[in-house]
Amino acid sequence: MAAGVETTTMGLDHRKLGMWTFLGSEFLFFGAFVSAYLLYLDTTAGGPGVEIFDIPFTSISSFVLLMSSLTMVLAHHAHAQGDLRRMRLWILATAGQGAVFLGGQVFEFNVFVREGLTISESPFASSFYVLTGFHGMHVFVGILLLMSVYVLSLIGKIKPTQHVKTEMIGLYWHFVDIVWVVIFTVVYLIPEIAVLE
Amino acid sequence: MSSTDAPEQASSTDEHDDHHPTPRQYVNIAVVLAVLTALEVSTYFLDFGVIAIPLLVILMVVKFLYVAGWFMHLKFDSRVFGRMMYTGLFLALGLYALAIIVILFDSATIA
Amino acid sequence: MSSSTVEKSGFSGRPKGESGIGAWLTTTDHKKIGIMYFFTVLVFFALGGAESGLIRAQLAQAEQNLLTEEIYNQVFTMHGITMVFLVVMPLSAAFFNYLIPLMIGARDVAFPRLNAFSYWVYLFGGIFLYSSFLLGGAPNGSWVGYAPLSTDAVSNMAFYAAGLNIVGVSSLAAAINFIVTILNMRAPGMTFMRMPVFIWMSLVTNFLLLFALPIIAVALFMLNADAVFGAQFFEPGTGGDPVLYQHLFWLFGHPEVYIMILPAMGIVSEILPVGARKPLFGYAAVVFAGAAIGFIGFGVWAHHMFTSAIGPVARSAFALSTMFIAVPTGIKIFNWVFTMWGGKLRFTTPMLFSIGFISMFTIGGLSGVTHAIVPHNAQQHDTYYVVAHFHYVLFGGALFGLIGGVYYWFPKVTGKLMSEKLGKVHFWTWLLGFNLTFGPMHMSGLLGQPRRTAVLPGELGGTVEIYNLLSSLGVVVLTVSALVFLFNLIASIKGGVPSGNDPWDARTLEWLTPSPTPYENFPIIPTVTHRDEFWHRKYAEDDAGKAIPVPAGAAEDHDADAEPEHIHMPDPSYWPLVQTLGFFPFGYGLVYGNFWLIGIGLAWLVIGLYGWIIEPLAEGDDDDPVDEPARPGARAGAH
Repeated sequence: MAAGVETTTMGLDHRKLGMWTFLGSEFLFFGAFVSAYLLYLDTTAGGPGVEIFDIPFTSISSFVLLMSSLTMVLAHHAHAQGDLRRMRLWILATAGQGAVFLGGQVFEFNVFVREGLTISESPFASSFYVLTGFHGMHVFVGILLLMSVYVLSLIGKIKPTQHVKTEMIGLYWHFVDIVWVVIFTVVYLIPEIAVLE
Repeated sequence: MSSTDAPEQASSTDEHDDHHPTPRQYVNIAVVLAVLTALEVSTYFLDFGVIAIPLLVILMVVKFLYVAGWFMHLKFDSRVFGRMMYTGLFLALGLYALAIIVILFDSATIA
Repeated sequence: MSSSTVEKSGFSGRPKGESGIGAWLTTTDHKKIGIMYFFTVLVFFALGGAESGLIRAQLAQAEQNLLTEEIYNQVFTMHGITMVFLVVMPLSAAFFNYLIPLMIGARDVAFPRLNAFSYWVYLFGGIFLYSSFLLGGAPNGSWVGYAPLSTDAVSNMAFYAAGLNIVGVSSLAAAINFIVTILNMRAPGMTFMRMPVFIWMSLVTNFLLLFALPIIAVALFMLNADAVFGAQFFEPGTGGDPVLYQHLFWLFGHPEVYIMILPAMGIVSEILPVGARKPLFGYAAVVFAGAAIGFIGFGVWAHHMFTSAIGPVARSAFALSTMFIAVPTGIKIFNWVFTMWGGKLRFTTPMLFSIGFISMFTIGGLSGVTHAIVPHNAQQHDTYYVVAHFHYVLFGGALFGLIGGVYYWFPKVTGKLMSEKLGKVHFWTWLLGFNLTFGPMHMSGLLGQPRRTAVLPGELGGTVEIYNLLSSLGVVVLTVSALVFLFNLIASIKGGVPSGNDPWDARTLEWLTPSPTPYENFPIIPTVTHRDEFWHRKYAEDDAGKAIPVPAGAAEDHDADAEPEHIHMPDPSYWPLVQTLGFFPFGYGLVYGNFWLIGIGLAWLVIGLYGWIIEPLAEGDDDDPVDEPARPGARAGAH
């Protein structure tokens, strides 16, 4: 392990290759939840359907998550330059935006439950909550990872040369972001527009 | 695993560092993403008619490619990484599309 | 092994035990982990075997009631889960662990601690599943867990959903680990087309795991949510679609079949050329057929659902793709046969098991093709014919190949030979018992005996009863045979004949190192110039194409004057074991719908992760190596 990437067969870092392999399998994970959701769009058992979505509200939280990808990549960039101070700043900004997104999701769930959309209401409700809930858990794990990078770099456990670590967390974070890009369009916008027409 | 002692090889270098984008480029990409998102959201407020859904799908794909290509460095990094991701992505698309088609359009019960 | 001087900072130091139980609990050595997988599998195999004994005892005669229907359902469900998820898959993982680094010329896997993590998750997942017997009853909705029966609390299937998800975490982590290892840690010169076939099959298998496991994870999470948290995914009452569960399950379930058989195919592809003293016939064809099986294996899932709610177009399409997947499988069988054709066959025990594999698997494969014919399928569905088929594939196929691998690589692991005499007794009784148990099931199935039915109905008539009695007698033979194997294994570990380094005159890199394998695997990493590298180091060809031995040490990396290289081995660690204990509260939380337990489990996992991250590394990590001594090679020779 203690050698550079040149000594690996493909000239790639094990950890980056491992992370990409993992992300490849994550598409199958979220894909199944999205498929179930699409199948159950109209299966509302007389309860609330997609018209319950608050598109302006979700747009804002989606936008926040999207912009957190920018701060994430800037954190990696700063780390690659050996600038740990600036890296920590961007990491905090990224985690903060993630927290805002997560707060938005908790708020949204609360509103929906009050309006009668509980997980037991219908297959539509179940698939919506479980899909977006699992995405939210991914964001939560991402925030934990980001705060770990922050703390570990403060106590000297992550050194200026170790920007692969920030890059790994970044890959995960961007992945969580692109999954939301898909969810925002496929779960929220398109069904909502289809209902409006 | 180490298989060498040569000091100049033991130090880690990032083979693609030279081609990495600048912060300014990252910000530009983010601005593009923001504009695309605004366009997406506008389909909710304005009536785009029949083109609304195709437009949303295209915008989604473009945003996906921008984030994956630039922020995840797929454009600049080894192709192996992209292959890993797209194998999973296309396998998921193919399998689930097939399953949905079977469920929706060909689920006659056995007579 | 490394005389580390790094300061012990962070949560704690690293464990240093090099012997005793502590060394096993904290090991990150792929060889030790492989051995632990193997012995854990033996325990679960005994449990699964005992369950099958109960099943056969109940069905030995018509209208028997040794077990209540409730217990019978739990027993056959746990038998299936155990054999699939706790025996065949982890036994393959044992071989992956032990052999992948050795066969590609590496000193360990890419992520040694993650490897230990995989093992502990597997062990605890198995214990978790079995703990259900003490906690109100084991799952009783069969290994496929069809909704909506499985979402009913009566079926105890929450244990199934949570337990299999835990075991799935283990397999997913292992899959990532092995894929990165095979892609990124091959010895110099080991190109893709020089890799042993076992490595190819491992790569395909791990890709299948990588892409199939997330699908079952989703199905199980949905099941869990329905059964415990009141979700409505598969509840027909609110419009949920149970067929969705079937699709998700078989989207995973069919690749799973190939996940279980491909490693055995790889093992047989290693044993046959050695036993026949010929290179594998059509290496490229075998490799591409394996990859094709992996790929097409994703496109045949609905043939498990021909009698379910899928329509005529889907039935026709999946019938075709199912017949099509027999083609690459057939290619492999021909290649194995042609490998033996004209070879100087030595009928050693591993060779016998390999030949047993080919013949039994061919029978299972052919009865499998009959399932592709839709009307035929409807006739056989849920009868013992299906039971016969998949046991011929998984027992006659996968298990024969894997046991052949045990005999073949036993000298590599222990430096001793297993008794050939007992091995042959084991093989012939195993073959006899197997065919006696499962052969008659073809007939009783075609005569209408239903699967998953606690009592053999007397109205099926005397012929079916005789077939069932024969099956039950077969289990007795198999039990005796298994005891012979166990005795052989223990006796050979204690007092086997020393095997030397290369007892079989083998072809692949793992035999290049001494047996038992030294801690660092290879004192010097070999440079690979040929497929079957080790053979080419031992033999050259004369003009007539006959193999003639070459003087030892001819290969360049055997140069005695070469500078000894620096050897870095992974440090042992407490954390994989400590962290994975968190899966217990997490799993029980999912079963009982207790968010406190889930929270405790998650927190435990996170804290364990921190211990993992913070613990010191003797030689730093990839991008922050601890300074090496000034003189190159100063620390080599520590082995």
